[in-house]
Amino acid sequence: MALSKSNISVGDQHSEQVVDNLTRTQIIQYAGASGDYNPLHTDEIFTTQIAGYPTVFAHGMLSMGLTGKMLTNYVGDGRLTKYGVRFVAQVWPGDSLTATATVEDIREEDGVSLVDLAVSTVNQDGAEVVKGSATARIDG
Amino acid sequence: MATDRFPVEQGHIMLFARSVGDENPIYHDPEAAADTEPGHVIPPPTFVQASAQFTDGYSLRPVTGQPWFGSGKEPTGVKRESSGGGGGTGFHAEQHYEYHAPIQPGDVLKAVDKPGKSWTREGRRGGSLSFNESITEYYNQDGVLVVTARSVGVQTSRVVE
Repeated sequence: MALSKSNISVGDQHSEQVVDNLTRTQIIQYAGASGDYNPLHTDEIFTTQIAGYPTVFAHGMLSMGLTGKMLTNYVGDGRLTKYGVRFVAQVWPGDSLTATATVEDIREEDGVSLVDLAVSTVNQDGAEVVKGSATARIDG
Repeated sequence: MATDRFPVEQGHIMLFARSVGDENPIYHDPEAAADTEPGHVIPPPTFVQASAQFTDGYSLRPVTGQPWFGSGKEPTGVKRESSGGGGGTGFHAEQHYEYHAPIQPGDVLKAVDKPGKSWTREGRRGGSLSFNESITEYYNQDGVLVVTARSVGVQTSRVVE
């Protein structure tokens, strides 16, 4: 399943819808699993009346985790060597996200074959919410 | 976030993978995982963030008997000035990971904080933005560096919008 130098080219893309109609319950699942219980993500009363937002919103790290699912499906289990993102915009309940990896470079480092990927996740309006990069080991 | 003891547990990995919508068997089924390249259950790439569960005094986890800034009888349990992550002035701006060695259930990780950079720039909507980087190294029970995490937080000098 892993990528190899012979089956990828610069410019190749892999896209997946990583969440369809994000629920408040999934945000609560992420809070419980990750340990980040900031009420901005789960507590509608605090978030609207105290913090002044229209509703709760997803942890940035949930967007990164959802995007990571697309990456590991593409590069294979245990193949990532680097993964980093900037959180560009908030993700709200009801959003649907599509994550895309684009092959930027295929190279060798210390005898190991690597692929460098640009990573971008957009919402249902096409607005980017996560932008980043990743590197993974590939077969030579 | 420094954490002396972060035990990596299979059930925790399963719950974390579910929460990011990832049903890959390598995150919950040891028999299926045995047939994969790693050969064992592994955590998803952002799992070490869950070390927060094991960080003493982590500010975004309620503590029994202490005020909590989320709602109860009132919309918040504390005065706004001391509301920690609330109030809309602190954000997670970036997160980066480098993966050095595999992690599996049964490992006990230790998270060590390293100093990061700080910088300031003017925001587009007024006020200055203060960026703070923190670097956390995760070591396993054998002293092997498994993951390096770099987090960038941003504080706005006044509430945005």
